[in-house]
Amino acid sequence: MFTLKQLKPTRLGFGEGLKSLGEKYPNVVALGADITSSVSVNFFKEAFPNRFFSFGIAEQNIMGAAAGFALGDKIPFATTYGVFSALRATDQVRISICYNNLPVKIGGAHAGISVGPDGATHQALEDIAIMRVLPNMTVFSPCDATQTKLATIASVEQVNGPAYIRFGREAVPDFTTEDLPFEVGKGQLLKEGKDITIIATGHLVWEALQAAYQLEKQNIDVRVINIHTIKPIDEDIIIKAAKETGLIVTAEEHQIYGGLGSAVAEVLVKENPVKVKMIGMNDQFGESGKPEELMQKYGLSSGHIAEKVIEMNKQKRNNERPD
Amino acid sequence: MPLTNDIQELKKFSLEIRKDVVRNLAEAGSGHLGGSLGLADIFTCLYFNILNHKPDMPDWDHRDRLILSIGHVAPVFYAALAHSGYFNPKELITLRKLGSRLQGHPGKEHGLPGIELSAGSLGQGLSVAVGLALAGKMDKKTWNVFSIHGDGELQEGAIWEAAMSASHHQLNNLVALVDRNYVQIDGKNSDVMEIEPLKDKFESFGWKVLSCNGHHHKEIIDTYKKAIDWKKGPVVIMAKTHMGKGVKSIEDDYHWHGKAPKPEQVDAFIKELEQKQ
Repeated sequence: MFTLKQLKPTRLGFGEGLKSLGEKYPNVVALGADITSSVSVNFFKEAFPNRFFSFGIAEQNIMGAAAGFALGDKIPFATTYGVFSALRATDQVRISICYNNLPVKIGGAHAGISVGPDGATHQALEDIAIMRVLPNMTVFSPCDATQTKLATIASVEQVNGPAYIRFGREAVPDFTTEDLPFEVGKGQLLKEGKDITIIATGHLVWEALQAAYQLEKQNIDVRVINIHTIKPIDEDIIIKAAKETGLIVTAEEHQIYGGLGSAVAEVLVKENPVKVKMIGMNDQFGESGKPEELMQKYGLSSGHIAEKVIEMNKQKRNNERPD
Repeated sequence: MPLTNDIQELKKFSLEIRKDVVRNLAEAGSGHLGGSLGLADIFTCLYFNILNHKPDMPDWDHRDRLILSIGHVAPVFYAALAHSGYFNPKELITLRKLGSRLQGHPGKEHGLPGIELSAGSLGQGLSVAVGLALAGKMDKKTWNVFSIHGDGELQEGAIWEAAMSASHHQLNNLVALVDRNYVQIDGKNSDVMEIEPLKDKFESFGWKVLSCNGHHHKEIIDTYKKAIDWKKGPVVIMAKTHMGKGVKSIEDDYHWHGKAPKPEQVDAFIKELEQKQ
């Protein structure tokens, strides 16, 4: 059983991971987009001022320049808010980075509606969809601050080409430890279960676990899988869950179109079609509010996940009942 | 080391490159003739004189880096690479064909030696050149970065983001060249979207601006040498060229930006090219 260690923004995990990479690899450089503290690049900048380059508020140029650094044998981290790195500069990411298959690591900060009061313009809800459709791109969506640090390190140590690392602004439950191995493309079975599986990503993994623990009391045995690598996705763990539990609920802080839910469904329709209930943003923009208020309003809390599981489980039992 | 300093020799290479551009585009049945002919003298000067490179060692660490931002002039780029020794010029005829290493716009993953960057979406190359130049400076490398742009391309906003950053980072190892032929697909730059005053624009962005006749080999080489010697920051060369240069009947006609000659036009075009010499 996973327990809460502390509340910690995942962006800090990114900043710590980047700094530790800086200590280990002299060719790691970071490019700043004016919001260096906000995206936690300041740890690296303070430790390695000569390997930090300021580019101002110019996201297209940052992505192109990062490609240039990579051509010059560097491993550049280009980091800005997810809305900008995935959307403002998509063409640079597609051609200069992905088509050239260069080891540029892109940080996407302020993912999801949990950004809170800044509102819709700054809440990245489409970045997974954009990034995972690009050839050569690896896409990470780690579950907490500790795992974000591991994903950041893995983006250099386990990925030769481009990688996108998604993380959030607000303090969220930090519950994994560095002992939980981070293997690119491998889903993590965090809780066994036979009745139904929740496949989650980002900090909704914690919400999924809470839902599962809560449902134990109602005798619903829920499996929880953390997909920290959206691409390449772990097909085996998804297909196995579908075969063994029959029903799948996906949970993510992202549009249901194109995100984790879609990625899971793409795997299942090929191999083992089962019903998938997708929890996420339903083709809509977010708004201002406190993160927890928004999570409630848009149905992304553990309570909402539990409701969906109960509903699906009822249908399953009804279907199984002999006439 | 320059492959040659002999201007007559350079002119001969330019002619060979132009003939190849005409033949290969006709064979391909599509592609960009105008800019490819217009840049033939500049590419000749770069690959046979200016660039410090070893065609038999495309990954040689000390080589100068050429970033072709306007990937659509691939035919002249490929011809310069082939004639300077990167690969057999016989392969040029495979341009744009299925399975060819000579993609419509340069694509490194297809394995053609000499391509630094897969590119073709306009407005990206200067940013890449900036990052590469910064990486070179970080490691105190002696090589320079040469980027090639179109004048129409300067309408892309990202160019100016990159221009701002090149002077901010004092990139004195970066020389950009603008193929200043005053035309683009839809017509004259001044009709489509005015880009002047270019000299003022680049100077106000912190660049040293030089200009040359983009068809005069000695002037091109001298201007590049001056640009390389300028150590205060980035340099841009405004190279005045004529789209379609060498084939008198199509020169300066913007309709030839994105067109290939028909097979039956090849002999006449090559005859015109030879008359020019």
